[in-house]
Amino acid sequence: MITNIEQLIARRDQYAPTVAMRHGHGHFVDAGDGIRKNVLICGGTGCTSSNSMTVRDALVAELRLAGIEDEIKVVTTGCFGLCALGPIMIVYPEGTFYSKVKPEDMKEIVTEHLVKGNPVRHLLYRETVKGDDILALDQTPFYAKQKRVALRNCGVIDPECINEYIAMDGYQALAKAITTMTPKEVIKTVLDSGIRGRGGAGFPTGRKWSFAEAQPAGKKYVVCNADEGDPGAFMDRSVLEGDPHAVLEAMAIAGYAIGADEGYIYVRAEYPIAVNRLEIAIKQAEEEGVLGNNIFGTGFNFKITLRLGAGAFVCGEETALLTSIEGNRGEPRPRPPFPAVKGLFGKPTIINNVETLANIAQIILNGPEWFASMGTERSKGTKVFALGGKITNTGLVEVPMGTTLREVVEEIGGGVPNGKKFKAAQTGGPSGGCIPADLIDTPIDYDNLTAIGSMMGSGGLIVMDEDDCMVDIAKFFLEFTVDESCGKCVPCRVGTMRLLETLEKITDGNGTMEDIAKLEELSEYIKSASLCALGQTAPNPVLSTLRFFRDEYIAHVVDKTCPAHACKNLMKYKIIADKCKGCTACARKCPVGAITGAIRAPHTIDTEKCIKCGVCISTCKFGAIVKD
Amino acid sequence: MKKKMTTVAFNDTPEQAEQLNALIAKYKNVEGNLMPVLQGAQDIYGYLPLEVQKTIALGLGVSVSEVYGVASFYSQFSFNPKGKVSIAVCLGTACYVKGSGKLHEKCMEITGIGAGDISPDGRFSYDATRCIGACGLAPVMTVNGDVYGRITPAEIDGIIAKYL
Repeated sequence: MITNIEQLIARRDQYAPTVAMRHGHGHFVDAGDGIRKNVLICGGTGCTSSNSMTVRDALVAELRLAGIEDEIKVVTTGCFGLCALGPIMIVYPEGTFYSKVKPEDMKEIVTEHLVKGNPVRHLLYRETVKGDDILALDQTPFYAKQKRVALRNCGVIDPECINEYIAMDGYQALAKAITTMTPKEVIKTVLDSGIRGRGGAGFPTGRKWSFAEAQPAGKKYVVCNADEGDPGAFMDRSVLEGDPHAVLEAMAIAGYAIGADEGYIYVRAEYPIAVNRLEIAIKQAEEEGVLGNNIFGTGFNFKITLRLGAGAFVCGEETALLTSIEGNRGEPRPRPPFPAVKGLFGKPTIINNVETLANIAQIILNGPEWFASMGTERSKGTKVFALGGKITNTGLVEVPMGTTLREVVEEIGGGVPNGKKFKAAQTGGPSGGCIPADLIDTPIDYDNLTAIGSMMGSGGLIVMDEDDCMVDIAKFFLEFTVDESCGKCVPCRVGTMRLLETLEKITDGNGTMEDIAKLEELSEYIKSASLCALGQTAPNPVLSTLRFFRDEYIAHVVDKTCPAHACKNLMKYKIIADKCKGCTACARKCPVGAITGAIRAPHTIDTEKCIKCGVCISTCKFGAIVKD
Repeated sequence: MKKKMTTVAFNDTPEQAEQLNALIAKYKNVEGNLMPVLQGAQDIYGYLPLEVQKTIALGLGVSVSEVYGVASFYSQFSFNPKGKVSIAVCLGTACYVKGSGKLHEKCMEITGIGAGDISPDGRFSYDATRCIGACGLAPVMTVNGDVYGRITPAEIDGIIAKYL
């Protein structure tokens, strides 16, 4: 139990040596506990899905067989970021990085590396092997340009151990805030740092706090929005899985700043590992007294309750989220009154996103100038992006605001695989848009993305190559919004449905130029008339693809072709007569008998009968069948 | 998303009924209790048949329509029991651009049912899910909670066979 600051500092000093060798400097640090090395294994969703926990069990068993289980500490951490290479394992102090490890590799790693001290080169992440040298992680292209603030502890500490968090200066910011600063000073610090909400709209966090603080004293709430619904965004999940205490600490700081004694975390039920780690973290924090009553003997009380979402995208919208916590259908309500005035259970409430909160303790500890020194004029600090789609290094990256899309995609992300060409990056999920290849040098910040018709959103960044049809992508997002529209207001409920129907008409080959004009007109109506951000931003995928890829829409409408060969109904299969040997293999496999021809003579496809299943293409050994 | 009420007859055990009553008692006086109770009830039964929704309404002192209104709003609440083999394909953006649409079609073909349904013999249930956050492994499907990443439609038969 920690009842004052002195005890917190003593606890930090006691445990700091046990995590010291993970700081990446390559030196051994003796914590006096007989531990020679730390082996970190990723226990995030990505790596556990590739069986990292089986790998950990095999490692522990091998350590026991070798008799060195007391010298090597095995730590299950949160996400390292390089999800494509999981399961991931890193050995400190040397910082050697093993990727795609299997349980059967553990024997070799234990006997060669952990006993004899020779890293097993063929299992190392190939970017870290340069001739005879083995590079540290932060020297690889993936990590070199990153700046980790929100993710600083992810992949470094054991998220289920509060002492490891305390060892990394955990809860020092809370202690500093409630013992040496007034609530107004805390808010000023957050305001001066320039941090803006990381969840979507980018509203200045300090302003949000000051609105709630200005309300008359009484019951107030702090809510953490962990309902990360954007498909393809998983940074909030990684923070919760890798560093849950950072969120709890920031919520308590926010509570002190606005005069709240209670907080709620609304987290997606689809994230079982994150839910579990949050439960553990809250319990530990309460047991240690860093949450609860009379924190650090100051008389400040703060408790946190976990609430699970149930799979409704609209609940990421703040008023819908509050309605959901209250136990209702998660439908948004009109603003004003804003939540800062009348929020959860009718009381003043602030709602902050997970990644926003993960920055707060660092801002309090390092000062607002430090934070404001990173980023661009109007977007300060760093941003985490979830790289996905057609990119080599799928995973999580954190870069200073203002880093260009090219640096993120080509340098950190390793570019588009399979020799394909970069076509567009989709940011902001169903509320965002597509950034075309000729804008790849745009520095990424809130205002630049909005200016080009996309938005920061929560930071999902899906890379698309020449095989992706932009009309199809717009249709994909509209299917999503139609499904997720809560139905409360007409522009969103009916409007998105009409947009989708028009897009389907176009991808089916029945569109007209008039339909394109209608898409634009209707989009503007939906944007201006919808009740909440879901509807107001739902047309963005359509508008941005129309803006940058209009020729693709025209090809669908006028030429009735899909340039990316993705829209099934516009596709025709055809046999190249010169390449066809007349082997009849395709004709025998065709499920609808659409292929005819004599043996040893070129075959033909009856496009009327063809159902475009693609069986013939995979059957043909001569590459004679193509999509047109 | 529209939800269909199950046609499978409801059978509960005395233990389940007792657990549900204990759950209702625990949350009876908590603010905003309906969601946690529905989630707990789904953990007990695996789904939310109308009978359970009625018990919850009675226990919490709210109308059945209110319970149904909330339960039908959220996609995680299921009105259908899960099949012996519960299959789901992620249709998040990262999976979609990596071809999960084809996995989706293949799964519906193999199971003979649409997304959100259970086969009449109770063998399969199939769901098209939202992003499960395993984007690094895209495209992803899950079978009885086990995650399979980077798969092609051709591999699905073999994966499902392991569970039959």
